[in-house]
Amino acid sequence: MEMLIALVIGVLTAGGVFLALRGQTFPVVLGLTLMSYAVNLFLFVMGRLAIGVPPVISEAATGYTDPLPQALVLTAIVISFGMTAFVIVLALKSRAELGNDHVDGLQHEEGRRE
Amino acid sequence: MMSLAHLPILPVVLPLIAGIVLLVLRNRSLAVQRGVSLVATLALVPLAILLAQTASDGTHLVYALGNWIAPYGIVLVVDRLAAWMLLTTSLLAVFALLYALRGIDIGGRHFHVLFQLQLFGLNGAFLTGDLFNLFVFFEILLLASYGLLLHGGGRQRVKAGLHYVVINLVGSTLFLFAVGTLYGVTGTLNMADLAVKLAATPAENAALVQSAGLLLFGVFALKAALLPLYLWLPAAYAHTSAPVAALFAIMTKVGAYSILRVYTLMFGDDAGPVTGLLDAWLAPLALVTLALGMLGVVASTALRQQAAYLVVASIGSLLLAFGLGSAGAIAAGLYYLPHTTFASAALFLLADTLGRARGPLADRFEPGPTMAGARVLGGLFFVVVIAIAGLPPLSGFLGKFMLLQAALDSPLLPWVWGVVLVTGLVGVIALARSGSLLFYRTHSAHDPAAQTPPTPAALSPIAGLLLLLIGMVIWAGPLSDYAAATARQLLQPQQYIGAVLGDTP
Repeated sequence: MEMLIALVIGVLTAGGVFLALRGQTFPVVLGLTLMSYAVNLFLFVMGRLAIGVPPVISEAATGYTDPLPQALVLTAIVISFGMTAFVIVLALKSRAELGNDHVDGLQHEEGRRE
Repeated sequence: MMSLAHLPILPVVLPLIAGIVLLVLRNRSLAVQRGVSLVATLALVPLAILLAQTASDGTHLVYALGNWIAPYGIVLVVDRLAAWMLLTTSLLAVFALLYALRGIDIGGRHFHVLFQLQLFGLNGAFLTGDLFNLFVFFEILLLASYGLLLHGGGRQRVKAGLHYVVINLVGSTLFLFAVGTLYGVTGTLNMADLAVKLAATPAENAALVQSAGLLLFGVFALKAALLPLYLWLPAAYAHTSAPVAALFAIMTKVGAYSILRVYTLMFGDDAGPVTGLLDAWLAPLALVTLALGMLGVVASTALRQQAAYLVVASIGSLLLAFGLGSAGAIAAGLYYLPHTTFASAALFLLADTLGRARGPLADRFEPGPTMAGARVLGGLFFVVVIAIAGLPPLSGFLGKFMLLQAALDSPLLPWVWGVVLVTGLVGVIALARSGSLLFYRTHSAHDPAAQTPPTPAALSPIAGLLLLLIGMVIWAGPLSDYAAATARQLLQPQQYIGAVLGDTP
């Protein structure tokens, strides 16, 4: 399972970086989202992977999973959600103000070529 | 001492409450909103002074949030460095806000709310003793800064804002990767506890910890605009509104503060496999940043852009001081930090007033009409430029002098002296050229319709910032003593660790 999770994080990050380096705002926003998914997953597994064990103290428990990364991930998800909403609005505003969806706000013909 | 017990949380909570109150009052008259915002900002100054006084005898004020003891809960820690940063921030914020009250705050919605939340994030970042909490405060101050940066709107601002937001989101992702790795290896996020655990890292995890440490450095360098991560700064700072650019003068210093805090506390001299992680990187990168920033100053085509490149160059000097790492050099950097913050802020505000007084050409370096109120503005420009270029008798000279003196016993001595002195000269020449272009190369009489003469309301915040700089010269003795004591305290992280983890009273 460790290998699977590691692969998933790696692929998400690679895809995120690739998309974030594109010239138009929409792929960039998608790339940032993928990167934030990757980092959330990464934070989550930093508490080590455990199946079927509780995070809080109970008498029937045979072992425990680390609850702290879950709290960290929750915080990180909320923040990245807010940031994504903001960057989408900003991307729309820049589309309206600059007349195209290129990150550098190029002229129409140049922007289309991307 | 009941009142002192909750003192450390006040600089964080006060702007937060003020921000929420302002949000509720958003439909009230402008005077009410401005009053609340101004009172809340002014109140931070005595608070910061009180905290600095408390911390000045070397005590660490530790505030456990929710009374959860470290390392299980989040702590706020006031030491000399944190109090010093708080004081700088609060003084800067007062003058930036006073300038904004001239009418820039009504160019868009919620200026005062965002302004207070920005202060909330800044103060929190300086006070927190928890790495993940530092991330959260970074996000708060960034989100507020996005709003402030775009305040008023406009083509250039949106374009620069998009770059700024995207690069900072990538930075936040990297920050989380670094924090996650550190947590995975050490099982803690409290900075004092991390320092203890990192020192005892087993050899098989050394590479992991080192990569996390360098990743953190990358993130802080991005916030501080260190080479090669400074490219976002000039456009963002040059195109936002003047009081926001002035307040942002402290934003890059948050990155510098984080580098200083994390690399003296967690990656200091007794950090086991991560000792001296940055020694090979920080000072050389800072030297190149200083040189390239100054080249940007020479190549600028407008005063606001020039001010933005001066911020980059000043970060070079600042991180050079921190990178040399001796007590003397860190003290020089700490004395230089408020100076460069106030001086850059004054230049941003002055560039805006000057642009309005010139009419349609604004602050571009092109021969234009004689500006309205040229004598007053010229006088202020002269003083600001002396301060920012580091010429005597103002505080920039003292800061640079202390830095050069501290470099005497460093192996980088020829590089430090060469780069600092040459860039200083280049800066003086570039600023003298800007001054003569703006004030002397005029081709037509002025046109009262398009030009706004400077008003006392616009000039007084700039004059106030300059008075602070003069104050830094008059009280240079006590201030440099405080900076030196701060540097010594930073180089003995055991005190901080003991205060947080409760090993010593």
